[in-house]
Amino acid sequence: MTRLLASSTFRLAALYLGLFSLSAALLFGFIYLSTAGFAQHQTDEIIETEIDALAEQFNQQGMVGLVRALDRRSASARATRGLYLLTDANFKPLVGNLSRWPDEEPDADGWVTFALQYADEASGDFGRARIFRLRGPLHLLVGRDIREQKAFEALMLDSLIWGAAITFALALAGGTLMSRAMLRRVDAINDTSREIIAGDFSRRVPVSGSGDEFDRLAGNLNAMLDQIERLMAGMKQVTSNIAHDLRTPLNRLRGRLEQALIGNPDPDAYREALAGSIEEADNLLKTFAALLNIAQAEAGATRERFAAVDLAALIRDVADLYDPLAEERGLTLKVDAPAASPVQGDRHLLFQAVANLLDNAIKFTAAANAPDKSIAIRLDQASPGVDIVVQDHGPGIPLDQRTRVLDPFVRLEDSRSEPGNGLGLSLAAAVAQLHGGTLALDDNRPGLRATLSLPVGPAG
Amino acid sequence: MKILVIEDDTEAASYLAKGLKESGYEVDIADDGRQGLVQAISQPYDVLVVDRMLPGMDGLSIVEAVRAAGMDTKVIFLSAMAEVGDRVEGLRAGGDDYLPKPFAFSELLARIEALLRRPAEQAAETALHVGDLTMDLLTHTVKRAGDAIELQPREFRLLEYLMRHAGQVVTRTMLLENVWDYHFDPQTNVIDVHISRLRRKIDRGFEKPLLHTVRGAGYCLRAHD
Repeated sequence: MTRLLASSTFRLAALYLGLFSLSAALLFGFIYLSTAGFAQHQTDEIIETEIDALAEQFNQQGMVGLVRALDRRSASARATRGLYLLTDANFKPLVGNLSRWPDEEPDADGWVTFALQYADEASGDFGRARIFRLRGPLHLLVGRDIREQKAFEALMLDSLIWGAAITFALALAGGTLMSRAMLRRVDAINDTSREIIAGDFSRRVPVSGSGDEFDRLAGNLNAMLDQIERLMAGMKQVTSNIAHDLRTPLNRLRGRLEQALIGNPDPDAYREALAGSIEEADNLLKTFAALLNIAQAEAGATRERFAAVDLAALIRDVADLYDPLAEERGLTLKVDAPAASPVQGDRHLLFQAVANLLDNAIKFTAAANAPDKSIAIRLDQASPGVDIVVQDHGPGIPLDQRTRVLDPFVRLEDSRSEPGNGLGLSLAAAVAQLHGGTLALDDNRPGLRATLSLPVGPAG
Repeated sequence: MKILVIEDDTEAASYLAKGLKESGYEVDIADDGRQGLVQAISQPYDVLVVDRMLPGMDGLSIVEAVRAAGMDTKVIFLSAMAEVGDRVEGLRAGGDDYLPKPFAFSELLARIEALLRRPAEQAAETALHVGDLTMDLLTHTVKRAGDAIELQPREFRLLEYLMRHAGQVVTRTMLLENVWDYHFDPQTNVIDVHISRLRRKIDRGFEKPLLHTVRGAGYCLRAHD
């Protein structure tokens, strides 16, 4: 219950309840005052009219006429509910249907509301009248029995109070139910979150299926959790891959050094062992550098130093760097890089990405000894961006492996014998992502077609 | 030539000092930023080798203070902070070069030698000579022992860089940065192919090769001794 009271939904409901009750009270109060006031006003008007009539009688027929009129009216008072009394100077009743002059003080205009005493009822303020002093000196009271009006007012007040009470109760119950329902759904999200924090990453927030905003929230949270789970799984995979892929060369390094130490080699063999160790260490450092590059590209940290990059020139530079290598391996490199719109990017990382694609194409085509020994690198002005396409006729990548090879350290079994750290495509993909682009791998029938698509204009 | 190494990792510092002494330099070591600054200002050094993260005072502040004192001693930063932004910071603070850790000692040596040679390069040279190899920078022709050698434009720039750093070890990274102007790590040793092509052109048919491979480090163009 305290949690319910502390919930913001309940506080909101309570606020609405307060505002609603206040406006209901004001409305009801206004209704009461205006109807009750109207009834009183009407009574007063009737009394005034009667006074006017009596004054007419008095003017035409003098005191005798007045007395006669009072008598006549008193006689029919049971139906009209009129109250009349004429007294002498000492308030001793002369004519009328009241037994005595009321004790209550009249206001400045002579209006007075006073107690009536009936044989069968308790007394109450049930008479309303106006009093005059006549010549004589006599006192005249003309009024109305307002028991009915008072009863009506009381009934009205009662129903208004009940109405307000019921309204309040309904609003309170509704608000509580509503906040309970909302709290339940928020609680469901909170429970799931706690279970996830406790380590059960497979849990998902329940979705009611109504498509309301809670469902949308739950849907977004679930999508976020899916993404986190994917990332976590990827990271676990990468961590174990790192452990494996770094342990292997470190082990080789250690073995090499150990052998040099244990054996009794000549200085040349020592030099050989040391040079080999340095090469091994350099490869490790290269792997680290590639990992750092990927992490950096994925974190998007380098985006602030993006500048306009001429991709045609960049592709020619990559081709220029790799052409001798391709030629040495008996391959021909075809370059088609017409001028294209510049992209916003990091030229070093883009160079690295394109170089990795070309490096792979050369490495695998040469190793597979494919009949078609041409490799093409091309810059396509595609709408809305540009595509850098590297095509080879090597072994290609099986369809079911094409996404997997973009993960760090994944190397296809056939390629294990080739030098490399399994980070080339991951880095190219990370660079593409950093630039708001994509890396797609397709079948070149035969071979691999790698397409690095980059958006033109401000990087997104 | 006197070098001050400001580095708090004493093992790394002594290994640097040993290597530099073997290469013929006089070396002092400071293992604390403040002491390093005092030494750098009070004694004449040709080169300061400064680590960025130091106790007492960081490397950037030391170099800024040295520059504020009006000294134009050559400064090379060594740092594990290796991103481009860090390099730019180091160069802006007054460093002449920036070498990210880990590095090959031969690369540090090559860079120090390059720094010490830099003023000489400013003189307008029209030709470079290494042994019987000559490069005419005006006509873009290369000759070995009088015979003209045909070079592709990129091969020409590669050879020019090697000739300007003749006698020094030049690393693959230095070649990629200076000849191709890209910071990147090739998966394959793609530079080796360029070097062997160049080697075929300048060394083939000559008894004594000029272009040597230094295992675990890089290449060195030097006249036979």
